Amino acid sequence: MSKDKFQAPDYYLLDELLTEEHKLIRDSAREWVKREVSPIIEEACQKAEFPKHLLKGLASVGAFGPYIPVEYGGGGLDQISYGLIMQELERGDSGIRSTASVQSSLVMYPIYTYGSEEQRMKYLPKLATGEWMGCFGLTEPDHGSDPGGMTTNIKKQGDHYVLNGAKMWISNSPFADIAVVWAKDEEGIIRGLVVERGMKGFTTPETHNKWSLRASSTGELVFDNVIIPAENIFPNVKGLKGPLGCLNSARYGIAWGAIGAAMDCYDSALRYSKERIQFGRPIAGFQLTQKKLAEMITEITKAQLMVWRLGVLKNENRATPAQISMAKRNSVNTALQIAREARQIHGGMGITGEYPIMRHMMNLESVITYEGTHDIHLLITGMDITGENAFS
Amino acid sequence: MKILVCITQVPDTTTRISFTGNAFNAAGVQFIINPYDEIALTRALELKETLGGSVTAITVGKPDTEANLRKALAIGADDAIRVNADATDAYFVAAQIADVAKKNGYELVLAGKESIDYNGSEVGSMIAAMLDVPFVGMASRLVVEGEKVTLDREIEGGKEILESTLPLVASAQKGMAEPRIPNMRGIMSARTKPLQVLEPAAADALTAVISYEMPPAKAACKMVPADNPALLIELLHNEAKVI
Repeated sequence: MSKDKFQAPDYYLLDELLTEEHKLIRDSAREWVKREVSPIIEEACQKAEFPKHLLKGLASVGAFGPYIPVEYGGGGLDQISYGLIMQELERGDSGIRSTASVQSSLVMYPIYTYGSEEQRMKYLPKLATGEWMGCFGLTEPDHGSDPGGMTTNIKKQGDHYVLNGAKMWISNSPFADIAVVWAKDEEGIIRGLVVERGMKGFTTPETHNKWSLRASSTGELVFDNVIIPAENIFPNVKGLKGPLGCLNSARYGIAWGAIGAAMDCYDSALRYSKERIQFGRPIAGFQLTQKKLAEMITEITKAQLMVWRLGVLKNENRATPAQISMAKRNSVNTALQIAREARQIHGGMGITGEYPIMRHMMNLESVITYEGTHDIHLLITGMDITGENAFS
Repeated sequence: MKILVCITQVPDTTTRISFTGNAFNAAGVQFIINPYDEIALTRALELKETLGGSVTAITVGKPDTEANLRKALAIGADDAIRVNADATDAYFVAAQIADVAKKNGYELVLAGKESIDYNGSEVGSMIAAMLDVPFVGMASRLVVEGEKVTLDREIEGGKEILESTLPLVASAQKGMAEPRIPNMRGIMSARTKPLQVLEPAAADALTAVISYEMPPAKAACKMVPADNPALLIELLHNEAKVI
């Protein structure tokens, strides 16, 4: 890929809504992405290899549990800081952001929120430094948008439980040290538990031949009579609200992150349009190019405002799941449309690895599906405003 | 070893420079730590990590410079000092920093080789003169062994290696250290590190900017057909007057 010349668009001077510390956190993550991610990400994607050497740096910039309290190894930062870090990581690549999202929102968040003090102290400090990596098992081969139908189960046997079942589309699973897994108990109640690598009967086969998130490692979780000590069960949550709480946090991060990808596509398209000469002048001078670019910056600005407001609400513990759904859906869809328009502006060059466009576009095809699909989020908004459930 | 690092803030390198009347238009401009000062700061931190001691970051500026001082603290400085005055000219700035250095007994004062806005390259050497200690400018390497300091300087066609003693003032250029990105722990600890604000010592500015002028606009590009070298020579000779 050519040199990273990214300049962040801030059309409405939204930096003025951020504190100096927010900007320092954001700029540090941005600089780290320019220095460490941009030079290697294209090759990692082409080879479909997860750049594992970035884990230490991700921990260093605060990508692992920035809002987890300091006493557990987290950053003790606010939700806007978390959002800004996700934005910068996804500006680099959705796969890198996905790894951080999973670690923060789907592994550290449930251990902190639903776990015992012993579980917090055992896992969180090591997850914050990246010494241990985690993954999250909810989706099953036959249960994606309908997680309540899961068949993975635990059965009590003496002082421990026995876990059986399988999860798929699990980011980080092939190298994760632990997995936060959701399974039904004998009464059909969904429980959360921590499965550790090395437990007998636990395997994590990798998913190959993806056309999306190629720099992120995806796999399955297979449980064949895995013996789970009772102390690995989360004591403080029962039911679907457990995993949905995690997803709220992750979707919030995605709402910020996807804008990062959109910003990168817009920035690249704007620069290219000023440099690319056709019919004797830069293509930026043609009305159809300007329309594309003007629409892009308008949508980016709207989305930036939306996630900033969502961040303020989340800091006040007032952001509703439906509001988070709306922002996740809007940001990802905006980013995907912008990636497609930016690809057009880049012409043939847009399909090459010289520019980040096609990589973002392919990544976003996953992002628009995972953590609640585009359509499901629409139905969540629909249910919220009408009071009518259209899921079943 | 007590080290003082001079920090100045400069417009981000992507800034579009403009002037309103005779004043630099700072509206909407993002200010960053001068990149050469960041190199100096990083080398200071490396020295502290191997030799012990402390690193103090100092700037001369109004409250709007504190964000970049906090960044210096986030990168690893132990404390920071802001001399509460506009940085009017190099002499005034050097006088303020020398005053602080004198009172606190720093053994090593580091600065960037120049600021990337005014490119004066003056402050470091002036501080040294005011403190009556040696100065080495534009050092690309700085090693301290006891009281002895060894420095490399890039010169035409190679480099020279100099030896000096502490106390010393030196200015840093590329190569002395690789600037560090603040990490989350550093940003968090910067919240509580001391940032002292001092009123300026008595000193006059000895120079004043009379006016600013933008460079002339780029002339249009003239294309010469590849099969007409005679025309190229004629244009270079008669129009550009370079041959």
